[in-house]
Amino acid sequence: MMIAIEDVWRSYDEGRIEVLKGVDLVVEEGSTVALVGPSGCGKSTLLNVIAGLEVPQRGRVMVAGRGVVDEASRRELLRHVVGFVFQLHHLMPGLTLEENLLVPAVAVGMPRRAARDRVRELAAATGLEGRLDRRVRELSGGERQRGALCRALMNRPRVLLADEPTGALDESNREAVFGLLMNLVAEQGLTLVMATHDGELAGRCGRVVKMRDGRVEA
Amino acid sequence: MSLWKLILTNLRRHRVRTAIGATGIALGVATMLSVVGLLGGAVRMFEKILRSDAEMVVFERNVSDLFFSNVPESLVAELESQPFVREAQPVLFTIITAPDRPVITCFGIRAGDGRLAGAEWLSGAPVGFSDDGRGVVLGERAADFLKATAGDEVVLGQESWPVAGVVRMENGFENGGVFLPLSECQRAFHKEGVSSVVTVALAEGHEPREVREWVDANHGRLTALENEEFSRSYSQFRILKTTAWVVGGCAFLLGGLSVTNTMILSVFGRIRELAVLRVCGFSRGQLARMILGESLMLSALGMLAGWGLSLAGLRILEALPALQGYIEPQVGMMEVLGAAGLALLTGIGGALYPAAHAARLKPAEALRFE
Repeated sequence: MMIAIEDVWRSYDEGRIEVLKGVDLVVEEGSTVALVGPSGCGKSTLLNVIAGLEVPQRGRVMVAGRGVVDEASRRELLRHVVGFVFQLHHLMPGLTLEENLLVPAVAVGMPRRAARDRVRELAAATGLEGRLDRRVRELSGGERQRGALCRALMNRPRVLLADEPTGALDESNREAVFGLLMNLVAEQGLTLVMATHDGELAGRCGRVVKMRDGRVEA
Repeated sequence: MSLWKLILTNLRRHRVRTAIGATGIALGVATMLSVVGLLGGAVRMFEKILRSDAEMVVFERNVSDLFFSNVPESLVAELESQPFVREAQPVLFTIITAPDRPVITCFGIRAGDGRLAGAEWLSGAPVGFSDDGRGVVLGERAADFLKATAGDEVVLGQESWPVAGVVRMENGFENGGVFLPLSECQRAFHKEGVSSVVTVALAEGHEPREVREWVDANHGRLTALENEEFSRSYSQFRILKTTAWVVGGCAFLLGGLSVTNTMILSVFGRIRELAVLRVCGFSRGQLARMILGESLMLSALGMLAGWGLSLAGLRILEALPALQGYIEPQVGMMEVLGAAGLALLTGIGGALYPAAHAARLKPAEALRFE
C-alpha cells in the first residue's frame, strides 16, 4: 500500500472545530482515488495531512512506507514522494513558466541540466513546450493549471495529491487538464488522491471515497 | 535555477519594493561616507596646518582645544639650542572677526615660518611680512571675501591692518585665513609671550623620543607628540571622528528600519507564495536563507548606490565656488569597508524577524491566507 491513515483526528480553534474525526484510509500503490463529499467535510484537510502540510492531533499517517511524524519526514515527503496540485495554480507571478517549474528543483538541489531536461520532458507531455519563456500573466487559465501540474511532478513524486484541480477551469479546460492528469498518472505509475465535487470526474477514478462530517463513509 | 537566482528574480519582480529598501541603505551609506569623508578631510587639513614641514608638535598638556593651549614663546629658543632640533616655530591660533565675517581663522606666525615662504604669492611679497611689522598676509579666499589686495587696509577685530600680500595656499583653512606677525597677534589677543603650539623639525639623525624626553624633563605641563600620535590623541579630532561615525550610524539605523520594513512587507505580501515554496519542498532553513539573501542583496545594492551617491555629492560640494578649498573630503578604503560592514549587518539585522516569520510559516494556514 502507498498510503495508510489510521484514526486521524484534526481540529482547529483549540478543539472547538473538529474537521477530521477518526479517519481510516488505505490507498494502494498506483491506484486513483477520488475523495468526494460536501464542502467542509474534510477532503482538503485530509489531503493536507497526507502531504504533511497539517499535523493531526491524533492518529498515524504512513506514506510510501514512511511515517509522517516530524519536520524532517514532512520535508522529505514533499521533496521526493508527494506532488500537490491546488484548485488555484499558485504559480509565482513575475516568473516565467520555466522558472516556476524549476522551483521544486531548487528545493532538492537538482543539477541544472537534469532540471532543464525534466522541465522539457514535462512541457512536452503537457503541450507547454512553446510557453516556457512566458510569464504567468501571459498564460491562459488552462495553461497555468497544466503548469501547476508539471511543477507538482517535477521531482518525480510517487503520489499526486490534487485538491479540486479543475475547480477553477471552464468546461473545455476542465476536460483537457483532467485528461492530461489521468494520462500522466497512468504513464508514470503514480498514485492519485484527488478531492473533487465533480461526480463525473470522480467516476473516472478507480475508486471513490465518500466523506461526510470528517469521516470516511465507504 | 539556484537559490541565488531565485533571490535575484524575487528582487527583480518586486522592483518598487526593492528600490525603496535599497534607497534606505543607500541614503544611510551616502550620509555616513559623506559625513565621515567631510570631517575626516577637515581633520586632515588641520593636521597639515600643524605639520607644515615639522615632525612634532609641542602644546599644553590636557587642553581640550588647541585654541586654549599656552606655550611660552621662550621654549622656541630653548628647543633650538638642543642638538636634536633643526628648527622650532611658534604658532598662535585664534579666531578673528571682520565686518560681515564673524569667523576668520587667524595664524600668528614668525616671518621665518616655512608656510608663507612655500606659498604662491598672488600680490605683495614675503618681504612685506616681518616679525616687527604690522603687515598681514591674506589667504586667497580671505582676500576674496575681504575684497582686499596688497597695499589695502583691512579691518580685523578692533583694528585696521595693512595688507602685505595675498597668497594661494593648498590648505583650505589657510587659504581662507589671515596670517598676522606673531607679536602683533599676541598683542591683539592679549597673549603676550605665548603661542598655541610650537612645531619642531628634527635635526638629521635624531629621534622624536629625544624631544619628548627633553620636554617631559624640563616642561612638565607641556607635551610633545609626533604628528601621527597627535592626530590619534587630540580630543577634538577624536570627537569629530566619533561624531562622524555616530551620525553615520544613526543614518544606518534608519536605513536598517527601511530594510526591515521592506522585508516585512515582502514576507507578508507573499505569504501564499512562501507556502507554495514549502509545498514544493523548501525547508524552513531554505526559506530563511532566501529572505536573508534578498535582504543582503538589497543592502549590497544600497551600498553601491550610496557609495556612488556620496562620491557624486562630495564632488559637487568640492566644485561649489563658495566652498572651494574649504573642504577636502577623503573617503578611504577603511571608510568604505566600514560602511560595507554596517550595510551587511543592517541587511542581516533587518531580515532576522521576517526570515524567522517565513521559516515558521504553516503552509496549509498560509494557503488559506487572504
